[in-house]
Amino acid sequence: MEVTTSWYLVLGALLFTIGAVGLLVRRNPLVMFMCVELMLNAVNLTFVSFARALDDVAGQVIVFFVLVVAATEVVVGLGIIVAIMRRTPGATADDVASLRG
Amino acid sequence: MVEVVTFVLAAAIVLGGAIGVVALRNPVHSALSLIASFFGIAVLFVAQDAHFLAAVQVIVYSGAIVVLFLFVIMLLGVDRSEDLTTDPIGGQRPAAAAVGVAILGALIGAVVLTRADTDVVVTGSGALTGELLGPGENISRLGESLFTDYVFAFEITSVLLIIAVVGAVVLARTPSAAQAAADDLLDADDLAADDTSER
Repeated sequence: MEVTTSWYLVLGALLFTIGAVGLLVRRNPLVMFMCVELMLNAVNLTFVSFARALDDVAGQVIVFFVLVVAATEVVVGLGIIVAIMRRTPGATADDVASLRG
Repeated sequence: MVEVVTFVLAAAIVLGGAIGVVALRNPVHSALSLIASFFGIAVLFVAQDAHFLAAVQVIVYSGAIVVLFLFVIMLLGVDRSEDLTTDPIGGQRPAAAAVGVAILGALIGAVVLTRADTDVVVTGSGALTGELLGPGENISRLGESLFTDYVFAFEITSVLLIIAVVGAVVLARTPSAAQAAADDLLDADDLAADDTSER
């Protein structure tokens, strides 16, 4: 038995699905953010698998950029969450509807 | 055989961690499960000869991002457990499960349908930008590609990081603190003016 690219792709699909379902089900904004990170990691895993399958370094370069975007997204997102939580302690995702103005 | 065992163990850690993130009630426990999941992914990166990305995965994700999460959890004091037994919005969970099944079906269907006999999924010509080299030379190949073919995207990345830093600072300061800082600055200016006038 040999580990093929399909194994990694199926694992990435499972991880992405768990992240997506968690994002839909959980109401704590912090946990929702963690689920977004899971989805980003599933995509990273898929990129690395394709980089090896196609023998192309571009897949790994894109993972590098995804890492940077994920880091900036977390910084700004957590800043917004801290600002909201300071105003209304114990806020859930539903309370962020006040951003609509 | 070693590869299979490594894959199965790492995949179990990744999926177990991911389920922990979604299912655990305490946000701190979710964050710790997230670390486990990231470490499993780093192992899978090593198994696919992406050594640099595995190191970056551990340093940036497990080291920086999850620590930031934990820091915010502690700062806000939201580390109490959440009641997950009730469904706050009627029919939310069945709908989420349906969406999950749809996503999983679409993704796995895509994998199965495009699977060739040789199990190499080819959607274009291979090695458009340069082939991966062996484990030792992978890092230099990655760096070379990053600073030649993708140098513009790399520079844009630095702009993005600066925007994120400025945004975080703007979001983190409260209006009253900003006012206080401005007042302090004025006071300091006054003191400096007094000093010079006395001389």
